[in-house]
Amino acid sequence: MKSAHLARRNVMDRPLESGLSILLLAFGVGIISLMLLMQRSLTEDLDRNIKDIDLVLGAKGSPLQLILANVYHVDVPTGNIPLAEARKVMRHPYIAEAIPLAYGDNYELFRIVGTEPSYHEHYGAGIAEGRLYEAPFEVTVGAGVAEATGLSIGDTFYSAHGLTDGTDVHRDRAYTVVGIFGYTGAVIDQLLLTPIESVWGVHEDVEDADEEITAVLLKKKNPLAILTLPNLLRDTPMQVALPAIEMNRLTQQFGIGLSTLRAVALLIMGLSFVSVFIALFASLRDRRYELALMRTMGAPPRRLFTLVLFEGLWMTVAGIVIGLGLSRIGVVVLAGALADRFHYDVAQLAPVSGEWLLVAAALGVGILAAALPARSALRIDISNTLGQGR
Amino acid sequence: MLRTQGLRYRYAESGPELAFPDLRVDRGNELLLLGASGTGKTTLLHLVAGMRTPDFGAVTLDGKAFSALSTADRDIARGRQMGIVFQTTHFVRSLTVTENLALARTLAGLNPDTGRIENLLTGLGLAHKLDARVDELSMGEQQRVSIARAVVHGPGIILADEPTSALDDANTDAVLDLLRAQAEEAGAALLIVTHDQRLKDRMAARVELTLNPTAS
Repeated sequence: MKSAHLARRNVMDRPLESGLSILLLAFGVGIISLMLLMQRSLTEDLDRNIKDIDLVLGAKGSPLQLILANVYHVDVPTGNIPLAEARKVMRHPYIAEAIPLAYGDNYELFRIVGTEPSYHEHYGAGIAEGRLYEAPFEVTVGAGVAEATGLSIGDTFYSAHGLTDGTDVHRDRAYTVVGIFGYTGAVIDQLLLTPIESVWGVHEDVEDADEEITAVLLKKKNPLAILTLPNLLRDTPMQVALPAIEMNRLTQQFGIGLSTLRAVALLIMGLSFVSVFIALFASLRDRRYELALMRTMGAPPRRLFTLVLFEGLWMTVAGIVIGLGLSRIGVVVLAGALADRFHYDVAQLAPVSGEWLLVAAALGVGILAAALPARSALRIDISNTLGQGR
Repeated sequence: MLRTQGLRYRYAESGPELAFPDLRVDRGNELLLLGASGTGKTTLLHLVAGMRTPDFGAVTLDGKAFSALSTADRDIARGRQMGIVFQTTHFVRSLTVTENLALARTLAGLNPDTGRIENLLTGLGLAHKLDARVDELSMGEQQRVSIARAVVHGPGIILADEPTSALDDANTDAVLDLLRAQAEEAGAALLIVTHDQRLKDRMAARVELTLNPTAS
């Protein structure tokens, strides 16, 4: 009979004590693992949307707001900028690619964005159905919008004014759905794209100088762009913001919440350490005779040490496996709850690199918690234990 | 099989020293070690079993030094060559009757050999308890299982500590017969340590311990 097998039987023989230790460890591991999984999918979500956008040009205001409004489409824009002024930056030699965006209205709170084909091409969105917008007031809708609103090709709708309000509906000109984009996982899934001219309200006689856009997504050709452009724009109503830096700042603010959660998880891990420790110590106190007996049957002290260590290891491994399972159930549940903004993806259940460290740490905790009781198994006096006096 | 020479043991620095008569039992033979409470019978048994280290003297098994071995080596040698029936029965709680016997064989360095274990238990009238947990057995059944465990690995000597002191006359005879039969079958020596005077009439070869042996 192998020590590992006997250890498993001993653990299972005390379901309540072992169960409590396993449960505590599972919760500690589960919460940390859930955080790692969510952090990964958040980072991937943020990165997927930044995707090679080095700079965003827009009206002066909060740079973070500029990024949130124009890269992630979650905040209101900082204002509009004249297209003629923006063109100067778009044609700057340090700039490789420039995608203009003009905010229009909304349809059932999904934003209608006037842009050029370079926008959806940048995010790798293909046409799933129908075709790309060509004429003003034609829209191609994101996969998420089509799913949520039920819009399909040939439908027409009126937009509502602004970005956050569905009450003030423009009745002057209807949009026509001409196509639906494929799913990308980026924020473009939640947008309705149309030619910029739609947003300008198709005043075909408007002079170029009066045309305004909301922002331009820029890809640099030369790293100097990051240093040069802010100076160039100092005396204009425009600014450039760096998505990578702004999002870094944002996630660091987020970090406060995550570190609290991490502290709680570490506390639970600490408790599970104590619990494994106490469970084994109590179990050994009750089983003193049993261990002494095994010595008389030919198990040297080191074998008892290994046995107790294995008992701790079984509880730890069970806790880790259940914990990693729980965190994945958590991801599926959360993804279901956030289904509108957060698409469920099997890849989100794959192990995160941080989890290997977590597993190693939990194993370390388990072995350490078992080692101290195991050491006491080394010191049992078999004659006193079994002799009951002299 | 077993020989002891000039064994002496002192529990505390200032306490009295216990000195024990020399013992000798060979395979197929038996020896009764008789003594009243306080004569150090259990101490002697534990010295013989290597569970304590004598201050002076030596225990040899089959002519090889035993008491001089390290603790761990003594545990291993004991597991292979001795079978001990303790006064109070102890088992590994999480295992079944069969598994407890299999553990004894494994710890003695043998394969579990379930067939042999089942035969042995069946012979002791425990065929229906093979897969029972040990704490489901009656006291009598537990004692029979502990005897079975002492012989299941084919030891050279069986040590029994007060195997009959809690039993009535009929059961005393039955247990003694059982120990003898098992020892004979295993070709082992049998050493019984007891204060039970009833065994005196049934075992010829005996050593009696007296109170307060040598107060040196």
